[in-house]
This record gives sequence, C-alpha cells and structure tokens, in this order.
Amino acid sequence: MYVYDAFDRRLLAERVVEFRDQVSRRLSGELTEEEFKPLRLMNGVYLQLHAYMLRIAIPYGTLSTLQLRKLAEIARKYDRGYGHFTTRQNIQFHWIKLAELPDAMAELAKVGMHGMQTSGNNVRNITTDQWAGAAPDEIEDPRIWAELIRQHVTLHPEFSFMPRKFKIAVGASDRDRAALRIHDMALRLHRNAAGETGFEVMVGGGLGRTPYLAQTIKAFLPKRDVLSYVEAVLRTYNQFGRRDNIWKARIKILVHDLGAEAFAKEVDAEWQSIKDGALALEPDMVADIAGRFRYPDYEKLDDSPRELVTARRSVRGFDVWLSNCVTSHKVPGYAIVTLSLKPEGGTPGDCTAAQMNKLADLADRYSFGEVRVGHEQNLTLPHVAQRDLPALWRELGANGLAQTNVNLISDIISCPGLDYCSLANARSIPIAQEISRRFHDLDRQRNLGRLHINISGCINACGHHHVGHIGILGVEKNGEEFYQITLGGKADENATLGTLIGPAVPYAQVADVVEDIAAAYLDLRDRPEELFIDTVKRLGIAPFRERVYAAR
Amino acid sequence: MTSPLDQKKIKIAGPVVVTANRVDDGAVVYRSPDGGWTTELGGAAIVIDADSAHALAETAADDDLHAIGPYIAPVKLLPGGSVRPGNLRELIRRGGPTIELPTPLES
Amino acid sequence: MPLVENGQIVQDRYHYLSDEEPIPERVRVIVPAQRFLANADELIRRDGSLGVLWPNDRRIAELAPWLGHLALVALQFPKFRDGRAYSQARLLRETYGFRGTLRATGDVLRDQFHFLIRAGFDSFEVKKPADAHAFVEAANRYSVVYQPSADGRTPALRRRVQDRTELDGQNN
Repeated sequence: MYVYDAFDRRLLAERVVEFRDQVSRRLSGELTEEEFKPLRLMNGVYLQLHAYMLRIAIPYGTLSTLQLRKLAEIARKYDRGYGHFTTRQNIQFHWIKLAELPDAMAELAKVGMHGMQTSGNNVRNITTDQWAGAAPDEIEDPRIWAELIRQHVTLHPEFSFMPRKFKIAVGASDRDRAALRIHDMALRLHRNAAGETGFEVMVGGGLGRTPYLAQTIKAFLPKRDVLSYVEAVLRTYNQFGRRDNIWKARIKILVHDLGAEAFAKEVDAEWQSIKDGALALEPDMVADIAGRFRYPDYEKLDDSPRELVTARRSVRGFDVWLSNCVTSHKVPGYAIVTLSLKPEGGTPGDCTAAQMNKLADLADRYSFGEVRVGHEQNLTLPHVAQRDLPALWRELGANGLAQTNVNLISDIISCPGLDYCSLANARSIPIAQEISRRFHDLDRQRNLGRLHINISGCINACGHHHVGHIGILGVEKNGEEFYQITLGGKADENATLGTLIGPAVPYAQVADVVEDIAAAYLDLRDRPEELFIDTVKRLGIAPFRERVYAAR
Repeated sequence: MTSPLDQKKIKIAGPVVVTANRVDDGAVVYRSPDGGWTTELGGAAIVIDADSAHALAETAADDDLHAIGPYIAPVKLLPGGSVRPGNLRELIRRGGPTIELPTPLES
Repeated sequence: MPLVENGQIVQDRYHYLSDEEPIPERVRVIVPAQRFLANADELIRRDGSLGVLWPNDRRIAELAPWLGHLALVALQFPKFRDGRAYSQARLLRETYGFRGTLRATGDVLRDQFHFLIRAGFDSFEVKKPADAHAFVEAANRYSVVYQPSADGRTPALRRRVQDRTELDGQNN
C-alpha cells in the first residue's frame, strides 16, 4: 500500500481547485466545449450515451479499504449506487453530473484518489499484476517502479498533449499476469546472466483497429535508467507520432512504420543525451518511494493449517472454491484470494456500494485492509491467512461474492458496450449475460476448464477481444448487431492475437456459437487436461469453424 | 448505431431530429422547434430533408452552453402521431441501458 | 492577441517578417524558418535582434547551429492539443542550452500556462485577453511538481530526500 505524503496530497488538492475553476468557466460559457473537452478528459470525465462518466484511477490496481469505502460513498452520493471495474484496473461511474464533479473529486482527493490522466492524450494508469507484492514467482514488487513512473508522468509538462493515449504496464515475473505485450510500453523486471535486476523494455503493443504485440527494444535496462528511458520513448513518440489520423496515432503505428530497430535507435540517440542528467535515479530516491509501501505485519504461520484441512475434507463446496479462487502466497501460511465479479447473468465487473462496503469489512478482517483490482475485472484479497479461508468463504458466500467461476468460461471480460458507451457499435453486456446463463452449471464449467472469453462492443477493443481464447467483437450491419468471433488469443507471456473464424453472426446466435465452440472442444481435446487454448493451438481454427458454420 | 462522428455526408432517408447531451448533467436532450432543448422526444423538432437537418444541427452546435455533441438522429413516426427513436442507439439513449441495473442494497 | 512576459501584458517589440518583405535594419524581427535558413548568414550579420518562427514538425537539431545568434525562438501550437512544441522547447532549453526568449504562439490558452512555463517558455502570445489577465494566477496553480523540467523546479522526489536529510541533520 503506497502511502501518500504531503507532496502527493497537495498536488491533488491543487488539481481539484484547478478543475473546479475549469468546470465553472465551462458552465458560465467562458470555455467552449472544444476547449473544455481535453481538460475534462485529463481528469477522466467522459461523455457517454446517457450521462457523463467518471473514470477513477486505481494505480497498479491497489486499493485500501478506506479508499474502497470512499468509492462506495461516491457511488451512493453521486451515482446510482454501483461502479464498474475496468480492464485497466480503474473504476468507472456511469451517471455522473458535471456540476457535481468538483465536489466528488474533492471527496476522492481526501483518500488520495483522482481521475487524473485516465483519459486524454497522456500517459494513463500504470498497471501491474494484481498479485504484485504477494505472488511467489515475482522477483520483486513491480508496484514500486509503477509508482515511480506514475509520479514522473503525472502532469508532465511535455507529455500532456501527445498524439494519442499511452498505456504502460510493469511486470516482475516470468508468468505475465499484466498482459504486458498489448501495451504501448511494458517494462518487465528480470535478472540478467550476471544476476543483476533490470528491465526488458517493450514498445508498440496495442489493440484496436490495427492490433500489434509490443516488441523488445531494449533487452536489459538498469533500474537507475528507467525514468530517463521512459522519457526518451515518450519524447520520440510526442515528436514523431502521427497526428493526421486518429486511427494511426498510437505509438504502435510509429514502431511498425519505422521498424523496431530504427525506432530503438531514435530512442537511444535521445536517451544518451539525458541518461546521466536529472532523471538518473539515485538509490535514496528509490528507497524513499519503496519505504512508503506498507507491507502487512505477517504472522509466522504454517501452510495447510488444521482449519483448512478440516474444511477441505468436510465442508461441501469449499474445496471447489479453494482450487478455483485461491492461489499460493509468497509468505508461508498465507494465500491470495480472487473474488469473481461475474455472477450468473450479471454485468462483468460491476460492484454495488453495499458490496464494496462488505468487501472493505472483509478485507479489514482478513486481508490487512488491502484489495486489488485485476484487468480481468475481478477483485483480489491479496494477504489472507490460510486458517481464515473457511470463515472468509462463508462470509463471501453470504454476500454473493463466492462465485467459483474464476478463469472459467463464465468469467467473462467485457466492456460496457452500447448500453453505456457512445463509441460502441453493439451491445456487449447482454451477450456476456446470456453466455453466463447458458454455462451456469459449475460442473460443466469445470469440465471445460480455463477458458477466457473477451467481449468488445466496438473496434476500440476495450474488452481486449483480440487476446481472448474466444474473442467476440460487436459490429453493425444494416442497423443490426452482429458479432465477429476470434479464437486462439492469449494475453500472457505467450501473447497471441486471435484468428477470425468466419463471417459475423447475429446477436441472437452468439451464445449458441459459444456452445458449439465448447462442444467442439470437448470432442476434439486429446485428453481432459488439455486446455481449450491448447486444443486450438494444436488443431487450428478449422475444425471449430466447421462446427460453427455447418448449420449457419 | 455507429458513432455519428462525421455527418457531413449523411443521407437523410426519413424523419430526423437533432439530439445532444445536456452540459450540466449529460442527460439526453433533443433540439426543440423554439431553439431550446427538451428531454422529451415528443417535443423535438422533426425535419425530413438534408438541408433542414444540417441547418438545425448547426444552430444546435452553436449552443454549446447548454448541450454538447449534437448530431442528426433518425426517428420513426407512428400512425397515431407519436415519435419513436429510429435505431437501437437512440432507443438506448432515450430508454437507458437494456440491462437491469444493479440494485443498490442500501444499508 | 496580448503578449504576456514576466507575468504582465506587454507590447511586442518584435516584428514578424513575412516571406517577401525586405529585411529591415535595426529592428527586432522574427523570421519564418524557411526564409531564415535560406538567408542565415546575411541575417545573423544584420544589426538588430533576430528571432525565428520554427514549425512544430521540424527537428530542433536543424536550428541548433544558429542558436548562438538568436535572441528569440518562437514555437507553434497550431491547436493546443498538438503538443510537439513542448518537446521542442525542452530540447532548446535543456539539450541545446538556449537562453534567449522562447515564445509560445498559436492556440495558447490559460490551461496550458503551467505546462508551457515548465517546458521553458517565457513569452506567450495568448489567444484570449481574459486568459492573459489570469496569467499569474494560472501559472502558480501548482506548488508541487513531480518531474524535473526546463524551469529548474525541484521535483517532489528530490524534495522528499532533501527534507529527510535536513530532518536527520536536525535530529543529530
């Protein structure tokens, strides 16, 4: 948990004052919408179909219970009692009034939260693995570096009006849980042959109309140089990224057009001139930030305590939940618990104010007051003592938070789509809901195993459909909603873009198509343990395409 | 349903209105015949040719003190004289999300 | 379009030279880039302060050889959303050490003053008179900055460490 200091709080307070002034000048007419729009976007205020939308940053997906309770309060006071967790570890409120926003932002600032740079042509929320600081396989906590970079790019005078948005992710393990390769820039902490820890730097990933996976432009960057290198990349992008066409303005286009090598050379030329200047990170600067991350006061506990063993043996349903939703922690005797926000027939990622408050209570009691948000739109309690798991599970169940579908077919990732978003061509939530209803049977889901469905309501791909095992993209044809289906996408360390299997299918048939694909998988897998994604990789899309389009 | 970003080339194939979102709260509004804005589709100015539609949209765009992002949207005129949104996007804008919203369990 | 320097609206002492008009002597001029490069030798020998209006899509490196002869560089914001001149400004100040007047022209609005000043601009052709009058207030909006830039302000990262060192010093 990063603890804000006086500097952080003052900056936020000053930002609120500035925004209040900007809103008042907008409402009085002193600012036109054209002038105001980029300013409100820089504070995360979008206009959507029915109302304004406020997107609040949750830096690297980490929330304190104090902050979670404040989000519940915002939901009740300024919105309709619920919020939506996004694929970039942020939260959105969909019914905000502009005139009330300065007050809402002042409230958020009290707990160190804001909407700064969750929109606009600047550097957006820096995301990491939602298990950061708890996962056994990370080499160190990536959030410290995410925070260093976050501060560096916040209200950065040079990079607030770039050609387009810029998304950064930081990872620290071989298993990629942060979808690094779909980001404009990704930094992966690792050890080189000499045993030193540094960053692999990848640039040029991004989904949307022209999806690309990021390419490595620097195999090993010493920690000392991370800010200057980020600066060099952003400066190169700011100067040379295209500004003539909104669909060609991301850095992925620049990297692709120049070629990764030429791009890397351009960055390096700039970097050489600044790397030993004011941006070189001194150890005490890093230590200062690292020192303000508070870690739990762990007890000395053993793995597999009596409470856990007993419950596994004798409590119905507990073991299933355990195997699906709980994963090992780097500290003995502890565990990481994932809470699914994908109830049957529900909207993926939505959470009511009451649930937020309940979760905050549980996090205080069982997780040292800390909650995480993942890009899969689920929540995590990162530090739960194993002996508390049975009690926690019972309380989660009583509050509708013990869904056992994590990573299963009904654990769908979906953008808000045409029900909310003014960019959308088609609805996504009802598609997710229907699929979730069809596959509600847990035994059936477990038989299908790990299967990621991603749904986007338009080509902007906020649902990350390109990297779904099954990807669903809503399009419009003659005023009707149709959906393109892709297979074989992956968002992990073997990131892959999915392949289109055939012509788009109408709204009413999408759930049937998913059932056909699932049925085909069961027929085609060479053994029950072969995951869906591996069957697709082994056989290609042809047999699935045949099954889906045979009767259509 | 396509985001109506560039409507200069739009073909008017039937009755249309100009719609936007209110500045202070983002609510859906329609340009009314008296040059104001109404939240009621029934009170919207309806035109049936491209020139009138563009003229209506232009004056609406000048009024960004009250409403933003105006664009031309289709409507359906029913026999009784009532007006309905002309496509799914406009139906959703007027009627709200097609899904049930989470019920806040107030504590 | 009011010109703001040192927090005040001032008279522009420079004259923007067009592409055709004869080059006057003993007058402060701002010359368009193309014309400057074509006549650089002549212009730098001229009696009178020299400025250049540089487009936002040409590398500053092209202008760099001449900076020692320039009293002013004017950079452009065709639309305020087009932020290329921020990079150009920082390169001029920090990489090339330009110490003359750095002027922001074009779509220059109040909400960019903080960024413009930090990027190294010290002369502003402000689009709206009301913004010009609000310059000082807008420019002082933020007492905390997170990153080093051309204005030399100490970023929070360093201030924290300095504060800690002072505190440690006091406690010893």
